[in-house]
Amino acid sequence: MKKIIFILTLCLLMVLVGCNTETPPAAPEPDEQAEPETPEEPEEEPAAEVTILLAAAASLKNCIDKELIPMFAEKHPNITVDATYDSSGKLQAQIEEGADVDVFMSAAMKQMNALNDKGLIKKGTIVELLENKIVLILPIDSLTEIASFEDILKAETIAVGDPESVPAGQYAKESFENLGIWEDVSAKASLGTNVTEVLSWVAAGSADAGVVYATDAASNENVKVVAEAPEGSVSKVIYPIGIIDATTKLEAAQIFTEFLQSEEALSIFEKYGFTAN
Amino acid sequence: MDWSPMLISLKTASVSIIITFFIGILAAKSVVGMKSDKVRIVIDGLLTLPLVLPPTVLGFFILLILGVKRPLGKFLLDFFSVKIVFSWTATVIAAVVVSFPLMYRSARGAFEQVDKNLIMAGRTLSMSERKIFWRVTMPLALPGIASGGVLAFARALGEFGATAMVAGNIANKTRTLPLAIYAEVAAGNMEGSYGYVAVVVIISFVVLSLMNYFTIKGSKYNNKDELK
Repeated sequence: MKKIIFILTLCLLMVLVGCNTETPPAAPEPDEQAEPETPEEPEEEPAAEVTILLAAAASLKNCIDKELIPMFAEKHPNITVDATYDSSGKLQAQIEEGADVDVFMSAAMKQMNALNDKGLIKKGTIVELLENKIVLILPIDSLTEIASFEDILKAETIAVGDPESVPAGQYAKESFENLGIWEDVSAKASLGTNVTEVLSWVAAGSADAGVVYATDAASNENVKVVAEAPEGSVSKVIYPIGIIDATTKLEAAQIFTEFLQSEEALSIFEKYGFTAN
Repeated sequence: MDWSPMLISLKTASVSIIITFFIGILAAKSVVGMKSDKVRIVIDGLLTLPLVLPPTVLGFFILLILGVKRPLGKFLLDFFSVKIVFSWTATVIAAVVVSFPLMYRSARGAFEQVDKNLIMAGRTLSMSERKIFWRVTMPLALPGIASGGVLAFARALGEFGATAMVAGNIANKTRTLPLAIYAEVAAGNMEGSYGYVAVVVIISFVVLSLMNYFTIKGSKYNNKDELK
């Protein structure tokens, strides 16, 4: 009996160890869309190899990890970019605690401004890089005649984030309030507790229309975007980027942030639903 | 405090228990009467499955059947203009699916505990099977069935996961007590959920006490029969 237990324990250990030593994720494939021969500026290139750490909002993970970092690595082989993703508020707190971050990209101006007010961002490096639009989505095969935010009352059920707890829901409410239809919208609204729930309700056709971020809409092929929130009806959702004041790798950090502002980087962001600001 | 979630929850639980009660008994009776053990094991497993599956998986299956892009859901929508998902009916369907196994298993247990000798005795007195069921089996199994009923009612009242998926969270329509509690807490408003939580706890406690009452009454009833 003891022997059996011993063998079982051994098996279990092996399985556990096996899990830990799983092969590291394969090196990301070079992006096909990368422009073939962009002349580099050799005088800016640091001679030694450096690694910089980017702290970015979780909603940026896919496009940065899958496309932008590999693209950057190809252009600047001696600069390695490590990235950490979390909610902007948590990243802000980590940077305040002195985390070894070189570049910060947040999902709202609030966190960047808070860091800037404390003098933690290098002067003049904040760029309001991207905008994430608030959009109206319908199920992909929807036949309803909804073409604008004002039309949404034609929908039988509307999916929006709960304005009490979901930022996307707050923006939706703000927009509908400015259009003067929030009362009517909320009467037929199913309030999601996060924006993904809203997205999946519309994708399944359970709700006839919904309001989410443009990046969410771009991530799901079962929904279509029919309108952006009318200009001026809602505050802009800006994704700013800034270099941390305490960085010891300023040169590399600058090269990276300039890369993110380049046309080709912006076109990748746009592919994922962002708008260049 | 907004009373609509309570009314919706009570309405949903009341309607769903009526449905669950009858199909639960019907299913239990058929399974108990099955001749083949193998078939019974498989059918029993399928009928009990909703008890152990996460409610989100049940919601997934309901959507798979009734979602507007699925055959049945599409058929209902195209031909009858009936959209089940995100309607109040959807809360009832979710409640029936999750509470059914409790009703079914309690009823099954109650039927199986009925003394076979009494049924045989009925047969020797040339009672019809239907009469035996209504005059012998049912009265003896009733306490177990009743306790299954209250348990299923309590479960229907507390249903959250499947409901959120198939019925959404629409105020005055599909926002049940558990959804209201979840939304309040997600918004960081613990105080706002106190009332709802108190209602759920009180109703559930009353229901469980009722169940115990039925069980105790039932055992006395059965013992008396044995004494006779």
